[in-house]
Amino acid sequence: MNDNTLHQLELEAARIRLDLLRTFGTGKAHHFGGTLSSVDIVTALYFHVMDYSKHTYQKADRDRLIFSKGHSVPVQYVALAHLGIHDVEKLKTIKTMGSVFQGHPDMRKTAGIEAPTGSLGQGLSFANGIALAQKADGLKSRTFVITGDGELQEGQIWEAAMTTPHYKLGNVCAIVDRNGYQSQGSIDTLMGVEPLEKKFESFGWETYRVDGHDLRALCEVLTRVGKNPDVPIMIIADTVKGKGVSFMEATHTYHNYALSPEEFEKAENELVERLEMLSAKEAE
Amino acid sequence: MMSRKATRDAYGDTLRDIAAEDHAVFAMDCDLGGSTRAAKIREVDPSRFIEMGIAEQDMVSTAAGMASMGKIVFVNSFAVFLTGRAYDQIRQQVALPRSNVKLCASSSGLTQGADGATHQSVTDINLMRGLPHMVVLSPADAVQTDAIIRFAHTYKGPVYIRLSRYATEQIFPDDYVFEFNQIETLRTGTDVALIATGPILEQVLEAHTRLTARGYSCGVYHVPTIKPFDGDTLKAVAKTAGLLATVEEHSIYGGLGSAAAEVLSSIPSHPPLVRIGVQDCFGESGTADELLCKHKLDAEGIVERITSELHQ
Repeated sequence: MNDNTLHQLELEAARIRLDLLRTFGTGKAHHFGGTLSSVDIVTALYFHVMDYSKHTYQKADRDRLIFSKGHSVPVQYVALAHLGIHDVEKLKTIKTMGSVFQGHPDMRKTAGIEAPTGSLGQGLSFANGIALAQKADGLKSRTFVITGDGELQEGQIWEAAMTTPHYKLGNVCAIVDRNGYQSQGSIDTLMGVEPLEKKFESFGWETYRVDGHDLRALCEVLTRVGKNPDVPIMIIADTVKGKGVSFMEATHTYHNYALSPEEFEKAENELVERLEMLSAKEAE
Repeated sequence: MMSRKATRDAYGDTLRDIAAEDHAVFAMDCDLGGSTRAAKIREVDPSRFIEMGIAEQDMVSTAAGMASMGKIVFVNSFAVFLTGRAYDQIRQQVALPRSNVKLCASSSGLTQGADGATHQSVTDINLMRGLPHMVVLSPADAVQTDAIIRFAHTYKGPVYIRLSRYATEQIFPDDYVFEFNQIETLRTGTDVALIATGPILEQVLEAHTRLTARGYSCGVYHVPTIKPFDGDTLKAVAKTAGLLATVEEHSIYGGLGSAAAEVLSSIPSHPPLVRIGVQDCFGESGTADELLCKHKLDAEGIVERITSELHQ
């Protein structure tokens, strides 16, 4: 990846974080922590890795992205809007009556949403089903699944993690957004999930561990997906919960939280500053 | 005398036949494909039988994913495990998004038999009826099963089909045509209307014979579509008989009897409704016939209950 491509991706990630914050606004509870931690993964996928655009998002052999951690779907809404599939202005209707932007993913209501998730632990199984059909139809497209790390406590994840390698679904890639926190606190304290590479490797996955905010590293490993048609790829992406807003980082406090106007302003200033810094860098 | 056949056997034959005609048809199972008869699809295409291991939750979600790609997935297990273990997956990923998944629930009811209470499903209709978008079908014999599976194949959306390992006589004619959401009239009578669903219909028809011999005028109706529910026909039947009785191999709570009561409660007057079924208890090991006898769901048990109600 050349420096300009990387820079464009960093700009996009900064725009997504800012629009995410503005979508959420003040006074209503939203999932800040786990959406902000996923932003770079989503940016790498939609804006570099996947065969996906406003013109191709309905074709049968498109690549697909499923948010198994369904509560973080607002990142996907913002990215889909930035791709031109939704109106950015309508993002603010999120979680209100009549909005196409439901609190959790609804594939019947929202263009670009590929799976019904939100009840945790079900996204990888659904992706396996898509992948089985893709293989049966001879399609080369791939399915990417973003899971939470707390979500790995669900038993169904491990049923699905057996199925993917068993059926040699090399067209599946799972990315664990390993931000270290779940609703009530630190994962290590509540119910530990490590060692993740060893676990998934022993299940038959080709496993990588990367910095989930390093867009170059993410893209490098994500572009390997599908190259070996028989071996699925699992990426443990080490992330920071609340990434990009200093006071939200590395805590579960903002997992589902309503911002005060003062908190909103502080967060917005930080994200605007980041975007301006990156834009200035581009102008140089 | 015609040979006895279980609805699960008819299901396997029909699944195989429709899979031969339609390459979008797949079957999934959880290590019970021999028993559920889903493995029959292998006779036409081994690659369209997907063994999911003993993992019902994964199976249902995976089926929903395949369905999102235009496949028609027949998902199989025992009724008790399919509806119990995978209830959330059915709710979230099949019913809610209207996935084109066919939930084929084998070994339903007490007549599952020797495996005992853990394996006998007497609450599955209740669980499935409560789900928006879910169609619930319950065939009584092999001929009707064939027609219902063919209907489910062409219907676009989630369908729950209650199947049985209990072999019964053929009740419906060879040229039977299934009418969706239609209560079927098998006999008419004025003293009592017996309204059944599933293979228990055989016991109900025998009860009809015995009641008729004793001089009672007795109607027999079958409900192959439990959801949606044909309330119009039930209301019409209610005007013809002095007593209504639902008969089902299911708890008296939440099944056919409850569906009937919901309809009747919406009209100003109707005859008493007797709900014959499993009386809020679990089963136990035994033969199918022993279990039907103990729970008064065999022909004699039904006759006793009806005559007792009529003489009150």
